Amino acid sequence: MKVIEQEIATLKNSVSEMWSLVHQQIYNAGEAMLTGDKELAYKVINRERRVNAFELKIDSDCEDIIALYAPVAIDLRFVLAMYKINTNLERLGDFAESIARFTCNLPDKEPIDPQLIKETHVEEMLEELLSMISLAQEAFDKESSEIASRIFIKDNLIDEINHSSTAIIAHYIEKHPESALAGLYMAGIIRKMERFGDHCTNIAEELIFYLEAKVMKHMDKTEKEANH
Amino acid sequence: MIKIDTQSVDFYYGDFHALKNISMQIEANTSVAFIGPSGCGKSTYLRLFNRMNDLIPGTRLTGSICIDGRNIYDKGEKVDQLRKNVGMVFQKPNPFPKSIYENVAYGLRVNGVKDESYIEETVVKTIKQVALWDEVKEKLRESAFALSGGQQQRLCIARALAISPSILLMDEPTSALDPISTGKIEDLIHELKMQYTIVIVTHNMQQAARVSDKTGYFYLGELIEYDNTRKIFTNPEKESTQNYITGRFG
Repeated sequence: MKVIEQEIATLKNSVSEMWSLVHQQIYNAGEAMLTGDKELAYKVINRERRVNAFELKIDSDCEDIIALYAPVAIDLRFVLAMYKINTNLERLGDFAESIARFTCNLPDKEPIDPQLIKETHVEEMLEELLSMISLAQEAFDKESSEIASRIFIKDNLIDEINHSSTAIIAHYIEKHPESALAGLYMAGIIRKMERFGDHCTNIAEELIFYLEAKVMKHMDKTEKEANH
Repeated sequence: MIKIDTQSVDFYYGDFHALKNISMQIEANTSVAFIGPSGCGKSTYLRLFNRMNDLIPGTRLTGSICIDGRNIYDKGEKVDQLRKNVGMVFQKPNPFPKSIYENVAYGLRVNGVKDESYIEETVVKTIKQVALWDEVKEKLRESAFALSGGQQQRLCIARALAISPSILLMDEPTSALDPISTGKIEDLIHELKMQYTIVIVTHNMQQAARVSDKTGYFYLGELIEYDNTRKIFTNPEKESTQNYITGRFG
């Protein structure tokens, strides 16, 4: 194996490990939010440092490969894609941390009202987001742009839930003025989740760029589907 | 405008089939790089453009190579006229055992130019053109061998340019040079392509990427891929090209 191939394999392993860690962080943050488990939420906050450490290491590895091995063609696209995917994964890690902080700030023994969770479909949204990350990781592991392109469709559901959430939460606050703060927090989380979906589609775009040299950025969803 | 038009060229060294059905068009005032592993035929192909391979016994060519619309292998084509139009720079700097001035003046003198003021004007102009003037202006009458390798190579480029060619062939022109001299030659190629058509053979992938507008990848005597350099180095069509430029093969 050539040295550059070894370096690329090492970088791929690091990104894969970070991916798994970020997936776990979001899963735990979601669980903690839905169940009011503050201990789990603190665990997420503490592990955020590992996500940040991965980000720095991957950035540095990408810089080294570019500076030392002058990659071209698919190698160059791989390194550029990893550099950007790294940033998106780190943002997802930040997102997990912010949900965990929200859970930690809830009054003791007062988890979020299950009715609010049900009405906003936040649990389904979370599941969909986790499946988007898993799908992206599968596309990365199998080097499949076809799998990556499925993420664009999944983002539609996230957007739908986000669009309907404002009216649902406003109605909930009207009926439960004593839980207005929880309602506002929930609105914030749903907005973040919508951004989270965008990060997943960014990752899918980078994977397709790496694998097929196609630039999918700034295309709307129909264009993306038509182009793939 | 097409400067060099090659159609279905096959070339043989005796029984060895060195180039196989090569067709390629090179536009005027562009720089084109030929890349490929040793023995792939890229230098052989380059040397066809000024009929350097004519000197090798037992060689045979079929197909056509036209420069400015004229087939340079037609009977009646004058090789000395062709080489005035198609200059060449080699891997190792090869100045003549003469002064710096006389190296550049040589081509003019052998072509019968006697007007000393014209010769001097041309020598100064071409030495300036290759960005060597500031380094040699005080020692034009000293031996060219006193110059560094990088300076000698720029002098050889000046010597080639002095007789006003329209095409400059470069066969690994920086492989014997340090990075600073290499950088100067590469900068020079960027400037020269405004006035000349440049064809360069190089083993240095980054050099091909830096200096050329188009790149041709050769393997086992075949032109595997010929496209814009940006395309070749970011998303080549052929897997063989990708394997070569990424260092996985060759």
